[in-house]
Amino acid sequence: MATTADLLELEHVSKSFEGVRALEDVSLTVGANEIVGLLGDNGAGKSTLIKIVTGFHHPDSGTIRWRGERIQHLTVQRARDLGVETVYQERALADQQSLWRNIFMGRERKGRFGLLDVGGMRAETEKLMLEFLRFTSKAVTPESFVGTMSGGERQGVAIARALHFEAELVILDEPTMGLSVSETRKTLDFVRGIKDAGKSCIFIDHNIFNVHEVADRVVVIDRGRLAGEFRPSEMSVHELVEQLRHVAETGTLQGASA
Amino acid sequence: MSGVSEAPAPARAPAPPMREGRSLRELFSVRRYGLQMGTVAMALAIWTLFAIGAPQTWVHSWDIYSALMSTVPLTGIIALALTLVVIAGEIDLSFAAVIAVGAWVYIAAGQGVPGLIAGLAAGLGVGLLNGALIVAFGVPSLVLTIGTFFFWDGIVIYGTAGKGSGTSGGFVPELLTQRLLWGRVPAEFVWMIGVAVVLWVVLNRQRFGAHIYLTGDNDQSARMMGVRTGAVKVAIFGLVGLCAAFAGIASTLESNYFWPTVGGQGAILPVVAAVFLGGTSIFGGRGTIFGTFVAAFVLGAIEPGIVSIGWTGLLTQVIYGAVLVGALVMQSLVLRRVKR
Repeated sequence: MATTADLLELEHVSKSFEGVRALEDVSLTVGANEIVGLLGDNGAGKSTLIKIVTGFHHPDSGTIRWRGERIQHLTVQRARDLGVETVYQERALADQQSLWRNIFMGRERKGRFGLLDVGGMRAETEKLMLEFLRFTSKAVTPESFVGTMSGGERQGVAIARALHFEAELVILDEPTMGLSVSETRKTLDFVRGIKDAGKSCIFIDHNIFNVHEVADRVVVIDRGRLAGEFRPSEMSVHELVEQLRHVAETGTLQGASA
Repeated sequence: MSGVSEAPAPARAPAPPMREGRSLRELFSVRRYGLQMGTVAMALAIWTLFAIGAPQTWVHSWDIYSALMSTVPLTGIIALALTLVVIAGEIDLSFAAVIAVGAWVYIAAGQGVPGLIAGLAAGLGVGLLNGALIVAFGVPSLVLTIGTFFFWDGIVIYGTAGKGSGTSGGFVPELLTQRLLWGRVPAEFVWMIGVAVVLWVVLNRQRFGAHIYLTGDNDQSARMMGVRTGAVKVAIFGLVGLCAAFAGIASTLESNYFWPTVGGQGAILPVVAAVFLGGTSIFGGRGTIFGTFVAAFVLGAIEPGIVSIGWTGLLTQVIYGAVLVGALVMQSLVLRRVKR
């Protein structure tokens, strides 16, 4: 049964794509004010799992609960309304559109007469640029095309977007991919900020050191199955590397507390 | 991963200064309005050429404008709607058959207001069906709408046995084709302006319009962010159908006779050309109502313009093609500068 402390619970979730199993009987919980790290090899099913949480994919079987309440048909819109914000690995940006249109993508705000509040959205984007994005180039305006920006800047836009709309659960799928050292630091600080604000986070990263550093609990999945979970506070990063090697060979953690 | 070019933002970089309002400079920004400025420049250049070559026609008389204002909207209104489809990254060629479907249903339903409603509904229905087939089965729209073009064109020819019929007067012909302002401005032109204004508002000031751009720019990103791109596509194909039926009915009333061959293959390229000449990208995500509006008139003016300056009308297609190719090359150059 659901405990009130848990924000999100996935129970026995399976998903196939055209006959290929992507996830098999995976259960995952995210507690209130908890940062859950998700580790696994390429193709382990990490992205599929989070896309089920964001409502982009629908599970073939299994249940999804939010604050203990069963969600029957989770759509992207519904997940958002519940307070799930996502930085997708693909960044989900539209290159030929302006910065403000990207920030407000899919939730454009209406103003008077049911018309888009273009001025308001531009102004808010300008504020977001000052507070969070801090572009080095002064030529960047809310009207700049996202496609002209560098990889780091685009990543910043995707994170700023998730940050801007107050979320209960922020999902970050490979947020540090392609980032410089200082940008990576900034991203990890951002994850800690989510924790400080009393919110929850699912953090996916290839870099084991990053995950070990910020996560309260780490869940390992391997070839679509749950391999186990552990707390970084109880395991050094070197032990963790050793464990992951074991997972790659056997599919389970050594003496896992799963 | 591109190591050097990725200038990372240092945590305490100086913040860019707050910009005050929208300056005049921004209004004339090549980056933002380069393509529209190019379209206007092209229109002015062609008009100047004709005005110098035949001032009697283009400067001292209103007749040529009156004529253009009744003929151009018949392709222009469809081109305006098609612009939305192309921005969404799709194409529709079947509108040329829907022109005939709309006109035929108008006649078959007994003309008048019921005929108008039935004709428009038929056009809307055919358009929605196009969109539904494209979204549901993932058939590329270019291919599918070639198929539906032949199908519906064939239905009209079969249904009418190739025979036309006359139209009667009344409220609907008045509404669609009367001459306003002492006979100088055809109603078709007013309708085209109306359609342009409505579609501009939809595209630029409505959530639906924002979703059209997002759908064409990056369908997957848009869906991840909660945009229902399938619904967007079905709706805009319906819109093209509606506008094509309207153009078919207006065209029939303008000539006082329904020809089952109204529209047809010959109607396809001028409409599509207006969309692309207006700066809308075939790859989706970019395009303007303004560009299509001006481009439709530029293309419509070429034939009478050539004849008026004393060249042979046989050159029409040559000039038509040259203008298109020249404009598209220019657009490409402008975009290369803007995108960098």
